[in-house]
Amino acid sequence: MKQEVFEKKHAADWARFEQLLRTPRANDAHDLPILYRRICQHLALARSRLYSPPLIRHLNQLVLRGHQTLYGKASRRQGRIGIFFGVTFPQAVRNEWRLVLLSSMLFFAPMLVVGLAVQYEPELIYTLMEPAQVGSMERMYEPGQDRIGSERDSDSDILMFGYYIWNNTSIGFRTFASGLLFAVGTIFILLFNGLYIGAVAGHLSRIGYHETFWSFVAGHSALELTAIALSGAAGLKLGLALLSPGRRTRFEAVRMAARTSGPIIGGAAIMFFGAAFIEAFWSSMTWIPVEIKYGIGITFWLLMIAYFVFMGRQREA
Amino acid sequence: MKSIETPEGIDLCVSVAGPLPRATAWLLDALIRYGMLFAASFLISLFESAGIGLFLILIFMIEWFYFVLFEVFMHGQTPGKKMIGIQVLNDDGTPVDWGPSLLRNLLRVVDFLPLFYGFGLMSMLANRDFKRIGDIGAGTIVVYVEKTAERNDIPSARPQSPPVQLSLEEQQAVIAYAERYSGLSKERAAELAALATPLAAPLPKTTPQHLLEIANWLVGRR
Repeated sequence: MKQEVFEKKHAADWARFEQLLRTPRANDAHDLPILYRRICQHLALARSRLYSPPLIRHLNQLVLRGHQTLYGKASRRQGRIGIFFGVTFPQAVRNEWRLVLLSSMLFFAPMLVVGLAVQYEPELIYTLMEPAQVGSMERMYEPGQDRIGSERDSDSDILMFGYYIWNNTSIGFRTFASGLLFAVGTIFILLFNGLYIGAVAGHLSRIGYHETFWSFVAGHSALELTAIALSGAAGLKLGLALLSPGRRTRFEAVRMAARTSGPIIGGAAIMFFGAAFIEAFWSSMTWIPVEIKYGIGITFWLLMIAYFVFMGRQREA
Repeated sequence: MKSIETPEGIDLCVSVAGPLPRATAWLLDALIRYGMLFAASFLISLFESAGIGLFLILIFMIEWFYFVLFEVFMHGQTPGKKMIGIQVLNDDGTPVDWGPSLLRNLLRVVDFLPLFYGFGLMSMLANRDFKRIGDIGAGTIVVYVEKTAERNDIPSARPQSPPVQLSLEEQQAVIAYAERYSGLSKERAAELAALATPLAAPLPKTTPQHLLEIANWLVGRR
C-alpha cells in the first residue's frame, strides 16, 4: 500500500486518538484502548514498509502518548497514604529487620558505651567536641531557663522547628544515600552520631543537668532516634546490594534494593518531621512537669514499638 | 535512541539526553532555586526569628523537594528541563511518580560526590542510557521531549515511475527528500538531488524536480 493511501485511510483514526488523548471523557473511555492497539499496528506497518521518517515519528509519538496515558499512574490518589502507613511502611521495616537491627547496634551501642564511659572519664568528651561546643551545649540545657535546647531564650519555636527539619532530616537522607558508597558512609554517620549523642547525654547527666536534658529528649527521642536507625538500615540495604549483589548485576541489585528500602526512608522522613515538630513545640517547654514529659516519652516509645511490631500484619496472610 | 518494548509488542523510540543538556538544565534549575531562596530571604526581615525558621524549612524543601514536586506534577520536567526540552520518564516510558522521583533525587547526594557531580558524570558516561546513579537506583531515564512532528506535504508534480527498481530504503529516502523539500534552499535541494544520479537516465544529472516526480508516484498519487 502506498504511503499516501495509507495516510488517507487512517487519518481519521489518528485525529480521533489525538482528540481522546487531549480531552479524555468518561463516555469515550473504552474507545481509547481499541484505538491505541490499532495505532500500534499502524506504527508496526509503517516501520516494516519503511514509510517516510516523519510519518513514523508522528505515529511513534502517538503511541508513546497513548502508552503513557494508559499505563501511567495506575493507583488512585486517595487511600495511598493510608495504605503506606498502614501496610507498606511497617511491612518494609519488618522485612528488613536484620538490617534494622544492625543499624540500631551501630547507632545505639556507641551511644551507650560512650555515655557510660564519660561518667568515669570526663575528659573523653573533648575528643569529640571542642570546649567551646561543650560550653554552648551546657548552656542549652542549663536548669532554670524558660526554654531548653536552644542557646538564646528569644529564639522562637518556629525557628527551632525549621532548624530541626533542615538539620535532622538532611542527616537522615545523607545516611541513606551514602549507603551507595559501599555502606561506608552510612556506617560512619551512624557511628559518629551515636558517639556524639552518647557523649552529650553522658556529660550532661554527669554534671547534674540530667533533669533538663532527659525531659527535653524524652518526647521526641522515640521518633528521631528510630528514624536515624531506619535511615541507616535503608542505607545499609543499598550498600549491601553493591557489596554482594548475589546472582544479579550490580545495577539490578541496587535497583531492587532501592525499591524495597524506598518506603523505609520515606517513612523515616515523616518521622523526622514529626520529631522536629515535637522537639520544637513540646520538648523545650519548661512549664510542663518533668514526670509528664517522661511519661509521654515512654508512651511514645511503647506506641512506636507496637506500631512496627503489629501494624499491617493482617494483610500478610 | 532507545527502544522501549511495550506490552503490545511494539517498540517505542525515545531519544535519551546526554550529560551536556542535563548539566545545562541543572544549572538553570540551580539559578532558579537560588533566586527563590534569595527572594525568600526577605522573609527573615519581616518575621525575625520565626522568619529564620521558615527560611530553614524553605532551604530544606528547595534542596530536597524542588525536583520531586516538579517531576511528579509537571510531567517529569523541572523549569530548567522544560527550557532545554528534556523530561524524566520511567524505564518503561511511563511518567514518573512519587517513589522513583524521591529516590532519584535523594540519591543526588551520591551523584554529587566527589566534586560537583563527579560520580554522576562517570555513571552517565559509562551507561548506555546516560543514567546517573540516581537514575539507576530509581529506574528512570531522561529523554528529549518530542516536539510534535511537523509533516510537510509533498509538493505535487507529475507522477513519474522511477527508471530503476528501488529498494524500500531507497524509496524511503526519496519520499523523505520530497517531504523535506519545502524546507531546503534551492542550492541544497539541487546538491542532494545530484546524489541520486542513477535515477536520471537518460539525462546526465538528477534535478529536484525529477525526484519530486518520482516521490509523487511512490507515494501513490497517480
